[in-house]
Amino acid sequence: MVSFILQRILVTLPIMLGVALVCFGLVHLAPGDPLVSILPPDASAELQAQLMALYGFDRSYFEQFVSWVWRAIQGDLGTSIATNRPVADEVFKAVGNTLRLALVATIIGFLFGCLFGFVAGYFQNSWIDKLASFVSVLGVSVPHYWLGMVMVIIFSSILMWLPASGAGPGSSADWAWDFEHIKFLILPALTMSVIPMGIVSRTVRALVAETLAQEFIVGLKAKGMRDFGIFMHVVKNAAPTALAVMGLQLGYLLGGSILIETVFSWPGTGFLLNSAIFQRDLPLLQGTILVLAVFFVVLNLVVDVIQTLLDPRIARG
Amino acid sequence: MTALSGFPSTSGISPVVASPGYWQTVFRRVMADRVAMFAGLVILFLLVLVVFGPLIAPLDPYQASMMKRLRPIGTEGHLLGTDELGRDMLSRLIVGARLSLFMGITPVICAFVLGSLIGIVAGYAGGLVNTLTMRTIDVFYAFPSVLLAIALSGALGAGITNSLISLTIVFIPPIARVAESVTTQIRSRDFVEAARASGASAFTIVRVHVLGNVLGPIFVYATSLIAVSMILASGLSFLGLGVKPPEPEWGLMLNTLRTAIYAQPWIAALPGVMIFMTSIAFNLLADGLRSAMEIKQ
Repeated sequence: MVSFILQRILVTLPIMLGVALVCFGLVHLAPGDPLVSILPPDASAELQAQLMALYGFDRSYFEQFVSWVWRAIQGDLGTSIATNRPVADEVFKAVGNTLRLALVATIIGFLFGCLFGFVAGYFQNSWIDKLASFVSVLGVSVPHYWLGMVMVIIFSSILMWLPASGAGPGSSADWAWDFEHIKFLILPALTMSVIPMGIVSRTVRALVAETLAQEFIVGLKAKGMRDFGIFMHVVKNAAPTALAVMGLQLGYLLGGSILIETVFSWPGTGFLLNSAIFQRDLPLLQGTILVLAVFFVVLNLVVDVIQTLLDPRIARG
Repeated sequence: MTALSGFPSTSGISPVVASPGYWQTVFRRVMADRVAMFAGLVILFLLVLVVFGPLIAPLDPYQASMMKRLRPIGTEGHLLGTDELGRDMLSRLIVGARLSLFMGITPVICAFVLGSLIGIVAGYAGGLVNTLTMRTIDVFYAFPSVLLAIALSGALGAGITNSLISLTIVFIPPIARVAESVTTQIRSRDFVEAARASGASAFTIVRVHVLGNVLGPIFVYATSLIAVSMILASGLSFLGLGVKPPEPEWGLMLNTLRTAIYAQPWIAALPGVMIFMTSIAFNLLADGLRSAMEIKQ
């Protein structure tokens, strides 16, 4: 068990390095001068050279990469070109907002996905199964940014029940778990929850159907176990995989929230990425993507480890 | 790695060693699958729009009019109303099919060619080549698909070519993974062994014995990526990273119509209906193809 976990961690390290290399490469993929957004067009060559040296753009790629990774490990992601503030501060503030949104969305999606999946798996090939399957196809097919717009149209524009954008009343950036703030979370979280819902319900349906078809279930039924007892056995067998899918979906939503955050002006990482892209703020772009990707990889690792602890068959297989 | 970065699952796909009549059986199964046939008809309808769009459109999709901005659905002469610049919505939706589907399907085709090549070479070569290739692919799997697409487009800059390039890069890893897995499974079959023993070159074995058996499953997997690709491609335009105005493209239309969300909410939502419809149709068709191919004979 311990050796399996260590092995998983060792496999993750080169992937992390590769991820850092890709994030670093992004900046050099970008056409044009990385300082174009802050340099006045008539800047002297001397000033340009000074700034290049200040941001470290004058050194060799290899040197830049090593020092960037070294500083990133210590929590220093450089300075934003547009705001001149540390990238790490901006990213972590935004990650908090995105994490809150993604977490709520994942929980909603997981609950509904499990509900649909269980019902569909239990009553296979009934109309309710077909309906649940259709809903999950809708869930994976819907352009979620459009769904967000439709939500705004219905609940903000027509019914006027909920606010259309932002993350709280007034301009204060502090979050609180009171109704005044939660109102702002409902629409984006519901929109986002559609993504994990479809996938969770597909997974759970397959798991339930697979478990119900196994011989020990037939045996338990023959021994006279009641439906509730059987249900608990199904839950126990489906839980590790379903939870793993939920964990991975959380990571996916963290990185994939940019479109939904744009629709709802939610001040998270997606919003940050958007401004980094359009202001051509490359250190900020690089830093945000690095943090999100590392988060995704670490979450993967955690999910794998927890899944192994819950289900020892995985380590043996 | 079990990473689920927003693609359909790549696991459990096996090569098809087609017995005579296999593809006819698959074809018959798909024809008998009512849902898949309906999806096929929707796609056919969209393809008609792609080919004949400019001929079918009642009005010029670029013709703006400051006098006729944001007319509601059902206005005389503008069946689906007009957009924020007074252009006919129906015409823009019809003509928009061409660019929207082009942006969604091209990256999958490019990734199908390149990903299959990478995967088949890695799978057939095995050993160190395989390990190096697949570990590199794992790195790309560490990025959620949306994030990678936006990061690449953001770095390269807005534009049609750049978003096609970034989406192709996003779709190569899952296709290469499927191609590698089915090729590895085929490689150990007896008929490949026999061909090698009788002196066939690696190129001949791949061309004659591997390609025919692996391209089918890879192709079906690629079809299921089209739905994801449509959503991502329109999403890039929605963010302002893809197609540039005034071209009619559904994602870009959603973006520019966001300002009209309070004035004409249903018109603002229309382009999304087209994206949704396309993506459902491709998902259902891919589902139908997949279940039709799982035939135990």
